Amino acid sequence: MQSDVQIPANGGAPLALYVHWPFCLAKCPYCDFNSHVRDAIPQARFAAALRRELAHEAARLTADGPRRLGSIFFGGGTPSLMAPETVASLITDARSLFATAPDLEITLEANPTSVEIGRLRAFRDAGINRVSLGIQSLDDKALHLLGRQHSAGQAIAALETARALFDRISFDLIYARPDQSPAAWRAELNQALVLVSDHLSLYQLTIEPGTRFEGLHRQGLLVLPDEEAGALMYEETATVAATHGLAAYEVSNYARPGAESRHNLTYWRYDDYLGIGPGAHGRMTLADGLHATRRHRAPEPWAERVERTGSGLMQDDILTSRDRAREMLLMGLRLTEGVPEARFARRTGMPMTEALDPVILAAALEEGYLVRDQAPGGTILRATNAGRLRLEALLGALVL
Amino acid sequence: MTDTPLSLIRNFSIIAHIDHGKSTLADRLIQACGALTAREMTNQVLDNMELERERGITIKAQTVRLTYPAKDGKTYVLNLMDTPGHVDFAYEVSRSLAACEGSLLVVDASQGVEAQTLANVYQAIDAHHEIVPVLNKVDLPAAEPERVRAQIEEVIGIPADDAVQISAKTGLNIEGVLEALVTRLPPPVGDDTRPLQALLVDSWYDPYLGVIILVRVKEGRLKRGMRIRMMSNGAVYNVDQVGVFAPRMVPVEDLGPGEMGYINAAIKTVADCNVGDTLTDDRRPAETALEGFKPSIPVVWCGLYPVDADDFEKLRDSLSKLRLNDASFHYEAETSAALGFGFRCGFLGLLHLEIIQERLSREFNLDLIATAPSVVYRLYRTNGEMEELHNPADMPDGSVIERIEEPWIVATIMVPDEYLGAVLTLCSERRGIQKDLTYVGNRAMAVYRLPLNEVVFDFYDRLKSVSRGYASFDYQMDGYEESDLVRISILVNLEPVDALSFIAHRSAAESRGRSICAKLKELIPRQLFKIAIQAAIGSRVIARETIGAMSKDVTAKCYGGDISRKRKLLEKQKEGKKRMRQFGKVEIPQSAFLAALKMDH
Repeated sequence: MQSDVQIPANGGAPLALYVHWPFCLAKCPYCDFNSHVRDAIPQARFAAALRRELAHEAARLTADGPRRLGSIFFGGGTPSLMAPETVASLITDARSLFATAPDLEITLEANPTSVEIGRLRAFRDAGINRVSLGIQSLDDKALHLLGRQHSAGQAIAALETARALFDRISFDLIYARPDQSPAAWRAELNQALVLVSDHLSLYQLTIEPGTRFEGLHRQGLLVLPDEEAGALMYEETATVAATHGLAAYEVSNYARPGAESRHNLTYWRYDDYLGIGPGAHGRMTLADGLHATRRHRAPEPWAERVERTGSGLMQDDILTSRDRAREMLLMGLRLTEGVPEARFARRTGMPMTEALDPVILAAALEEGYLVRDQAPGGTILRATNAGRLRLEALLGALVL
Repeated sequence: MTDTPLSLIRNFSIIAHIDHGKSTLADRLIQACGALTAREMTNQVLDNMELERERGITIKAQTVRLTYPAKDGKTYVLNLMDTPGHVDFAYEVSRSLAACEGSLLVVDASQGVEAQTLANVYQAIDAHHEIVPVLNKVDLPAAEPERVRAQIEEVIGIPADDAVQISAKTGLNIEGVLEALVTRLPPPVGDDTRPLQALLVDSWYDPYLGVIILVRVKEGRLKRGMRIRMMSNGAVYNVDQVGVFAPRMVPVEDLGPGEMGYINAAIKTVADCNVGDTLTDDRRPAETALEGFKPSIPVVWCGLYPVDADDFEKLRDSLSKLRLNDASFHYEAETSAALGFGFRCGFLGLLHLEIIQERLSREFNLDLIATAPSVVYRLYRTNGEMEELHNPADMPDGSVIERIEEPWIVATIMVPDEYLGAVLTLCSERRGIQKDLTYVGNRAMAVYRLPLNEVVFDFYDRLKSVSRGYASFDYQMDGYEESDLVRISILVNLEPVDALSFIAHRSAAESRGRSICAKLKELIPRQLFKIAIQAAIGSRVIARETIGAMSKDVTAKCYGGDISRKRKLLEKQKEGKKRMRQFGKVEIPQSAFLAALKMDH
């Protein structure tokens, strides 16, 4: 074994596999994810291309030895538009290409339209054991504003159906919408918490570049609650969720203890993940370092590339120690559990003190934005509630 | 052409308030004497700098030599000396006036006498000028020539019975002005056999010819090929060219007593040519220099900084180019923690400051920020030493200061009666002491002594606003007096922001400190940590504001596995920090300081 400190240790955490399905029935006006609308989705072609890319990348990853797989996540786009057979064959492939944990977490994102909900049973039979429903709101007017294809009634029915099929269910809501008062959000959240099983993602509406909302916002036609109201709603959200037994384990994610999304924790803990499909990102530890990978964003050119070479890879960079330090802090401080300093040093090749501005660190500790916990495995740096509320500004000043 | 007998020469200047028609009258005189054809006339020939033309003011002195066949059958040489029209250039004006024997006092027949007119006309009287009042714009329906004539007699105290009534715009009675010049002004005196004494009236840099010097010969002859000596510093030059402005440059062999013209003597920079200096013949020098020479001294100073730090070298080049043509303006490099690299610049007055600033932005395309203007204080140390102080940053610790003196001015303000109350209030707020208050029709004339310090601090703007633009203002320096002055520092999280510190009278310190703190509170965006803004005299805090910490700044989503995007945003954020100034744990965008300084003016 070489003692080259430049090679970031993977830490032995299981690998996460992300599969991107880039198609949607319609583009939502707030969404800047890599999603595309087509008259007819070329199911067979994309199924074959995804399987081929998976096999190709698995071969690269396991060249030095077998890798253990801890989770699979079908995201998008709208992966509930995939043929269940495609999902089934990708899961089968993954199980044969990697050593899998017995409790392998396999999540599918689904929209609560009647068509997609009608296929939930087939997805379960394909191997899916966790669904994440894009409900977004329980208010019909808000759903219309957000450009969603379903009603509040359909959303509730979808949850009922899912509950009968899956042990683990999560759903998304978007709040701090235009004209939404803190009181209205409180009411909607209380209504949602009755329906929740063990996991919830609660996102504040943000205006992203290139979206329809951005255009409206620029023209003053879309006015979001101000900073104060946003802060109030955010703090209240955590309080209300806690009374229902859901703890904030990440900036926007809430779960009962043990019900956290293991797949998403991989990103936040900065462990290895393989991303396949158009525009998917990956972080993979290979013999020569930690690779940041990105695949071709446009669906058809991606497929063409895969068909020609076996892979839709567009970019593959080996990250420097500084890059790794920045990324690990950017992700890790989103988590309530924080970043263990020892793991940080192993993964980035530098002690945490070298990655942080000492003046800002001292001030943030004093202000109560950050704390350093002494745990049995060593010191952990974590952001408090107050710190997470101002995380962008904090990271911008803190991370060197 | 240069052998004109003294009796046929008349040298005159024109005194007028802005907009009362000085340049238009000058154009008409040039036209009437056939110096330029109508086609060659561009409006206001004399004001040839773009900025001068736009503001209707003259910065550099200029002359035009005209020939006029008078009614007495003789042909006269009329030299028009166009003088700088603003009090900032009072000394330059006095030298221009010293080159003439008389003045036309042009007054708008509908507006009457203005403050600026007064100051200039008193200077002309001091220069022993014969003054010919000219009432302009008599063709306008609002003209009241009789009232204005009476006003001239009453306010200025010179006879105005024979005032020439004209309309420079239509050309009405221009002939009357020319005849008055010939019949009422005295001819110059001088002896062309005596050693040369020529007054240096002004100089400027011509990119083709080098430095051009404007002179008025008092005694002797100034000849091409002569070795001349500057009597103030003994510098010697060979005269390459002698000429007159007609109004274009026309070379001549020599200039005799009473004549005005230019010379060109391979001089590198105008800094070597001091206005008011005496030129003499190096081989046969005059025994004494002409009276009244004073080196030019800046009265107002401020820091000039490029908004974009990369423009620093460009600013240095631009300043040195401007200085080629304007020796009255001074600059030295300085550094500010808040604003970066820039220059401390000295000016003859506020208008001069504004002109230089505008030329830098217009002609050199520089985006600049100016710190609050400061006057020149005299600081006496306890060890008996005196030093001049124009940068608040240089003010030493109070314990070594025995006393400080500040410059005062005498200001003349003319204002319609209805705004008088507001103007008087403004003057007393600014520590003004009333010297005189008289009425001229429905206009009041208030004469105040004021500390210059109070005038450089947004006085013009306030005066304009309280009088709805109807007040006219002029001033003269009036010595130094001891005063209770303090330096106010502005602190951000206990660290001083050098560019914002200023010197003020103790009585004004608190309110001014408070207003700057309040302004900064508005301008500085909320940050991760709370920000304390304080104004302090020494260690005593006199005003305080707190900017609370931002309440929320977090991105809800984390873009799936796209961490690169987050990292790139962070890198961009770091790039943006180059425009920030760090004060301990907070970073303030430089733009906030710039905005605070801009609001001052």
